Amino acid sequence: MEIGVFTVSDVTRNPLTGETPTEGERIKAAVAIAKKVEEIGMDVYATGEHHNPPFYASSPTTILGYIAAQTERITLSTSTTLITTNDPVKIAEDFATLQHLADGRVDLILGRGNTAPVYPWFGKNQQDSVELTIENYNLLRQLWDNDVVNWDGKYRTPLRNFTSTPRPLGGVPPFVWHGSIRTPEVAEIAAYFGDGFFANNIFWPKEHYQQLIGLYRERYAHYGHGTADQAIVGLGGQFFMARKSQDAVREFRPFFDNAPVYGHGPTMESFMDQTPLTVGSPQEVIEKTLSFQEFFGDYQRQLFLIDHAGLPLKTVLNQLDLFGELVLPELRAEFAKRRPAHVPDGPVRATQKVGAAAG
Amino acid sequence: MTKVAVITAGLGVPSSSRMLADQLSDALRTELSLSGQDATVDVLELRNYAVDIAQHLVSGFAPPALAAAIQSVTDADALIVVSPVFTGSYSGLFKSFFDVIDNTALEGMPVLMGATGGSARHALVLEHAMRPLFTYLRTRVVPTAVYAAPQDWGVGEDDEPALEQRARRAARELAAMLAGRSVTPARPANDRIEPSAPFEDLLARIQAPAS
Repeated sequence: MEIGVFTVSDVTRNPLTGETPTEGERIKAAVAIAKKVEEIGMDVYATGEHHNPPFYASSPTTILGYIAAQTERITLSTSTTLITTNDPVKIAEDFATLQHLADGRVDLILGRGNTAPVYPWFGKNQQDSVELTIENYNLLRQLWDNDVVNWDGKYRTPLRNFTSTPRPLGGVPPFVWHGSIRTPEVAEIAAYFGDGFFANNIFWPKEHYQQLIGLYRERYAHYGHGTADQAIVGLGGQFFMARKSQDAVREFRPFFDNAPVYGHGPTMESFMDQTPLTVGSPQEVIEKTLSFQEFFGDYQRQLFLIDHAGLPLKTVLNQLDLFGELVLPELRAEFAKRRPAHVPDGPVRATQKVGAAAG
Repeated sequence: MTKVAVITAGLGVPSSSRMLADQLSDALRTELSLSGQDATVDVLELRNYAVDIAQHLVSGFAPPALAAAIQSVTDADALIVVSPVFTGSYSGLFKSFFDVIDNTALEGMPVLMGATGGSARHALVLEHAMRPLFTYLRTRVVPTAVYAAPQDWGVGEDDEPALEQRARRAARELAAMLAGRSVTPARPANDRIEPSAPFEDLLARIQAPAS
């Protein structure tokens, strides 16, 4: 079981001080947070990708490459990499390069993105989004799995005798997750290739994601990669902690109430009831996180959103210290106890030849 | 048993929209009983869901009470919908409720429309504003829509008040529509995710038109 953090890379005003950090401060904060992730014994740091304010992360492999040089152990990942509007050739090249620099500590979550204008900015149409995902990923697989690629498609210029360089480290491409909050086709793609499925379940109620994850597990088994409970599932989550529950609630409320993503809408309490958000004591964070295993089955990666909504860096680092001390050991012990021996404890790509069992 | 969901966006207690909604559902029940059919009538006063609807708009998902209300609407065999006229159209609350329902969830649904207003001059709101909304949702709206102005609630000069005549005609149209409908199409639940086609079919569909 891998446990880590992911960021959406928002540059948000701190509602207590009224100050908005600069983009530069937030980018440097990303490095500090990633180093803290390693220091407290977590496993993964992942960054989002956006191409508009108020987000800073337009160039994830640049950020992750720098973090790779500052860390030794953690896996560097994304949340998500836009498979719709990025050229699959550039994704293949960038992430293979990052693999070499980071000695293989690299994987990625592919997603369609949630910002409509990104499509026209990159010369695409949003109505082609699902087709772009299918075609681009099919190409990305060929670029990584085959030394020489000849390819024709609908959305990109053809490739003749093309070799994507550098080749994946040791001939093993980065592990790929497919992230979706509503699209069954994405669950199908993940299942077909024996890749992971990441459900960023932070905004919608769990019943919705139970359906998507259920579809993915069923199809993973259908394609012969393993049993449904061996499929590779990752989940999002978010918390704000203090030793005393009421302190956490008091300290986080102004950030929640003013955050662009959920502020001025539901109350924090109703959001906690219906989504994975936990604002409370370390014990409450542990209980809520373990409840994900009960809802979705044994899973392989848990990422938490912790640096959003204008929370200052110092607070985020304190949150991580507290997590490392009081939550992480408990979660590791309990997840290990619950996981049956035949279920993988981390993301491992199914070795089954793709499509061999399709029928 | 015919399941009828009645949606009223009136704000007062009691509201004239609720009064019209009750009159329309009573008329429908009477018409259905003439052909030996029973009906269950589930009345949703949207004022009770106002905060939930606003939360859904900003958060993207329905609080439990609203989710149940939406489910009862999408599960119904017919709808009776009534809004007060605000600022020249149906109310914002009325619109917002339909905004948070999946825009395919009501396809083929028989609908009877009503509206209330402070003056008879707003009567065409039903035809110029509300009917296009339900056309967009691909529902089947009966031809007669029922508008009630303040004077309609008084006693008419004829043997039967005009409002009752219109309500009865609209209810008869809805009952006929329901009778003519041989099978109720199975509508997916609001949040049901349908499985994808197999990957190789998805890929083939992209490549086929290009070659």
